Amino acid sequence: MLGRTLREVSAALKQGQITPTELCLKCLSLIKKTKFLNAYITVSEEVALKQAEESEKRYKKGYVPPYNATVVQKLLDQGALLMGKTNLDEFAMGSGSTDGIFGPVKNPWSYSKQYREKRKQKPHGENEETNWLITGGSSGGSAAAVSAFTCFAALGSDTGGSTRNPAAHCGVVGLKPSYGLVSRHGLIPLVNSMDVPGILTRCVDDAATVLGVLAGHDCKDSTTVQDPVKSFILPSLTDVSKLCIGIPKEYLVPELSSEVQSLWSKAAKLFESEGAKVIEVSLPHTSYSIVCYHVLCTSEVASNMARFDGLEYGHRCDINVSTEAMYAATRREGFNDVVRGRILSGNFFLLKENYENYFIKAQKVRRLIANDFVNVFNSGVDVLLTPTTLSEAVPYMEFIKEDNRTRSAQGDIFTQAVNMAGLPAVSVPMALSNQGLPIGLQFIGRAFCDQQLLTVAKWFEKQVQFPVIQLQEIMGDCSSVFENDLASVSLKQ
Amino acid sequence: MWARAGRRVLRAPRGGCRGFASPAGSPGKAGGGGVSAGREAGRAALETGRIAREVVEHLERLALVDFGGPEAVARLERAVAFADRLRAVDTDGVQPLESVLEDRCLYLRSDNVVEGNCAEELLQNSHRVVEEYFVAPPGNISLPKLDEQEPFSQS
Repeated sequence: MLGRTLREVSAALKQGQITPTELCLKCLSLIKKTKFLNAYITVSEEVALKQAEESEKRYKKGYVPPYNATVVQKLLDQGALLMGKTNLDEFAMGSGSTDGIFGPVKNPWSYSKQYREKRKQKPHGENEETNWLITGGSSGGSAAAVSAFTCFAALGSDTGGSTRNPAAHCGVVGLKPSYGLVSRHGLIPLVNSMDVPGILTRCVDDAATVLGVLAGHDCKDSTTVQDPVKSFILPSLTDVSKLCIGIPKEYLVPELSSEVQSLWSKAAKLFESEGAKVIEVSLPHTSYSIVCYHVLCTSEVASNMARFDGLEYGHRCDINVSTEAMYAATRREGFNDVVRGRILSGNFFLLKENYENYFIKAQKVRRLIANDFVNVFNSGVDVLLTPTTLSEAVPYMEFIKEDNRTRSAQGDIFTQAVNMAGLPAVSVPMALSNQGLPIGLQFIGRAFCDQQLLTVAKWFEKQVQFPVIQLQEIMGDCSSVFENDLASVSLKQ
Repeated sequence: MWARAGRRVLRAPRGGCRGFASPAGSPGKAGGGGVSAGREAGRAALETGRIAREVVEHLERLALVDFGGPEAVARLERAVAFADRLRAVDTDGVQPLESVLEDRCLYLRSDNVVEGNCAEELLQNSHRVVEEYFVAPPGNISLPKLDEQEPFSQS
């Protein structure tokens, strides 16, 4: 191997005949044996082995992005430490974080004292281990990571609610900024006209802090607005009497769990009792919103997923007969059923004979939906208050009984209209359910009024004092982290 | 299956392209060659809720993703039925919304090269590379026929 040329050994490394570390060790060994030649004045053994290790990572099968997303780079530039990449539904398609190639994500609340104590009161025959709860999705890994205290903030994506949904189920704050405020450069596109990077943190102030770092024009994303970015330092609101909260009546759907409904009422009464004006408003096209989203999402997905052909990056099949055969086989292997289903649906809606009746029709309905919001905000409403999810997190075994599309339609029901209108929205945990699980509520603001939205959310958060998750049992000797330290940090404003 | 679709793609222009230029609702310029099987079948699907075989194959060809079985076709049928609910909305006189930022100008940046020269890094992510080229299998070859039957029924 050592006698080969540079090109030859390069090819051997690529084909996996030898690993960088093995090669490096061979060279180092020979350097030691030929020490008598006195050719080297310094042998940088440690550096070489470290570089070999880094090189190995690059040769690994998975895709290694050759650049950082703008949102990631911005955080790194501010000194953030990247703890890792989190799990999600494949291509962010799903509302459970159960359909990824790395397996499903478990909701930390499954292991919380609050949940376990409630379960002990009920007779149950199942094994504790198999009855864990979903995180919601698709950015479930990020929500779980923040919820379990493994990091202080996480990024997700939000196209139909993928950040807010798991935030509600995991008892954390999930922010979807206004479309055009945060760069999408480096965010794998699902629906270019709706995607935004999402922010998950344990409190509203933290979300505002992260937003302050991420917001702003990016010349690499032409859909970011060029307006100067307003400050995201949140005032501590004490007087809500000038605030007008809107409650959209169409969001009171039969499928809404009674617990969530009662918390929603309680929240409305809370604002009212503190002097805010709370009024019922109407978003008339709400019932068509999820259908409209379904058509637009699958159509854009059909187009956006076309780039995954195995040629320049990613999984590639070994078929060499023709490009079409290779693409077809690669995509069959590389995409799961959910993704393939959406691509095919999207292609159906984009067929010439269907384009007008489905895609264009959906775009028209989208305008009606966006206008509904505009009309409500023009009538003097500052912020809308709605549920984030239909219920608390469900057990995985129950979740998988229905297919992804059905679950997504249920999971996204309160959240996707916001993406279609491009508005900012945030899910804030309010209280625990009777089963000891988090329930969050959603605040929706006017476009580019993210600061105002978060100010209201922060006030609400302070009022409700959502309990800290108790994970001491499973955290073992890390439990000291949670006691006095955390209490004083999270409640002090 | 693929060869069949391939042939139909070649035939489609003869069959009369309605194209995007004609206003919605106008009859297609169906010429002598007849309307392509796919379009008829596509319209039929909208009525009965069943997706015709030609449409299934056409979609597989367009998407380069296969259905994998009847369950997936059933899933598509349900997705289409779900989407059909949009018909109930009155959208007369409503313009399609493409972007929520439609009232703003899409700006251009100046045409200066500020980064690049990263061929090495980009090539690393590919499975098949020869020197500075991504290597693809030969193009312009239709996939082998999987069926024995001759698919073609014109008319």
